[in-house]
Amino acid sequence: MDLTLFQGERKSGLSIWALRVPVLLYIGLMILVPLLVILQDGFREGIGELVHQITLPIARHAISLTLWTAALMTLINAVMGLATAYVLVRYEFPGKRVLNAIIDLPLSIPTLVTGVMLVMLYGPQGVLGNFLANELGFQVIFAPPGIVIALLFISFPFVVRTIQPVLMNLDLAQEKAAATLGAKPWYTFRTVVLPNLLPPLVSGSLLSFSRAIGEFGAVVIVAGNIPLKTQTAAVYVLGAVESENRLGASAISLLLIAVATLILLTANRVQKSWESRYEN
Amino acid sequence: MKTNIRGWGGWLLLALVVAYVVFLIVAPLTALVQGAFQNGLREAGQSLTAKPFIQALWLSVRIAVAVVAIQAIFGTLTAWVLTRQSFFGKALLNGLLDIPFALSPVVVGYMLLLLFGRNGFLGPLLESLKLQVAFAVPGMFLATLFVSLPFMVREMAPVIARLDLSQEKAAETLGASRWRIFWQVIFPQLKTALIYGMTLTFARALGEFGAVLVIGGGVQGRTETATLYIFRSLDERQHTDAYVAAIVLGAFSVLLVLIADTLKRRRNAD
Repeated sequence: MDLTLFQGERKSGLSIWALRVPVLLYIGLMILVPLLVILQDGFREGIGELVHQITLPIARHAISLTLWTAALMTLINAVMGLATAYVLVRYEFPGKRVLNAIIDLPLSIPTLVTGVMLVMLYGPQGVLGNFLANELGFQVIFAPPGIVIALLFISFPFVVRTIQPVLMNLDLAQEKAAATLGAKPWYTFRTVVLPNLLPPLVSGSLLSFSRAIGEFGAVVIVAGNIPLKTQTAAVYVLGAVESENRLGASAISLLLIAVATLILLTANRVQKSWESRYEN
Repeated sequence: MKTNIRGWGGWLLLALVVAYVVFLIVAPLTALVQGAFQNGLREAGQSLTAKPFIQALWLSVRIAVAVVAIQAIFGTLTAWVLTRQSFFGKALLNGLLDIPFALSPVVVGYMLLLLFGRNGFLGPLLESLKLQVAFAVPGMFLATLFVSLPFMVREMAPVIARLDLSQEKAAETLGASRWRIFWQVIFPQLKTALIYGMTLTFARALGEFGAVLVIGGGVQGRTETATLYIFRSLDERQHTDAYVAAIVLGAFSVLLVLIADTLKRRRNAD
């Protein structure tokens, strides 16, 4: 690799390509080629077979479980992420720095380790798990609530960290004006603050949703792998690969890829429209 | 106690947030630490020095180091091309870079299996060359490379975009070679972001599980990384082994990112 060419790109066409070609090759070979291969494999037997694989009862259940747990997580995460970001930006209180640091932990903890932690807490040997199961009859581990909690853990930083900078840059004068005019705090928040936070809230939530539907490490530990009960789409793909059900694995993989891509595109669009609004 | 919270509504909101964070993050962390030591320090120590664990951790570290090295070069290069050049298809390139964030690791492993597996597209070619990628370390390396691809680029791109072009021009006018301009003018300004990006990539690579499980198969002593070791220990009900390994892996990742964060903050404060 010729780093000396960095500077010359405004001058010679050759040096532009000397940098661009390796990058295009790298991204193309690493990301595009595998995507094209799985696309080809999924449509090998025609679209009818693809749909058939997705609508098989076990697959359908895995897909719907994945979607509704991710949706429920996104809802809770949006509310709690918003509240956390608000508290961190607007309030001064002892221990604020510790709270701020804890929020990033899920970003660096491997998701498999997250799963192990949650089993420790909510599993049959765990203190809380024992109490919930025996006293309240509420099963967390090897059940959908465990999936939702695992997804909440993993997604927590996304919404908090997208809202925080926007909230920090909001003009406090507007809120003060509303307060001076006699508006109650909740009313001020709803009518003055919230509309400004909606774009980052939506894009952060979409990002966490798209990550959640593919989550594997934490979910496979917490939920196990029980078809028609706790098997999510990603775990279904693993099972299909292991049992050499290539059509099934490719079909569900393609569905996951399609949903994730669609959501990413939407999130990008939301962010763009919001940025352009600010520039005007 | 310094605070600007007025009224019970504010305190209620703060209490709600603190309770949520304790329930969601602090409680599971505490449970893990308690679980690892529930059978005493001696058993935890035995798990810590178990040979399969050391072997698995060593494989994880080796893969992560190789991934970081590649990503440091190609990630920086990609970030550079994305910020300094404009060309047809740049938006597509940018969009492709987000894919690894959103793709299930299982799907990543499976895609590589479709490429490199025995019945895969490149299977016959690899066989005639006597190269094994699937169910071997090279495949696991590629899988980890895939999942960690965006980190370096997304860390470097904004820093490269903020570089002061006039410095480069001044150096050029003074007759410095391009090589010298890169190392003496550009590189020093990229160093902090480079180290930060490398640390994030390393932590991400160390924790990868789903993709290396599918492409590597997790054969003990051969393709078992630290995460796969934890998974197998849980499966075989070697709970202390699993918990101790999980703590080591979790603490290591968190510590790395904390150090990088501190470095970055100190540099930004300067």
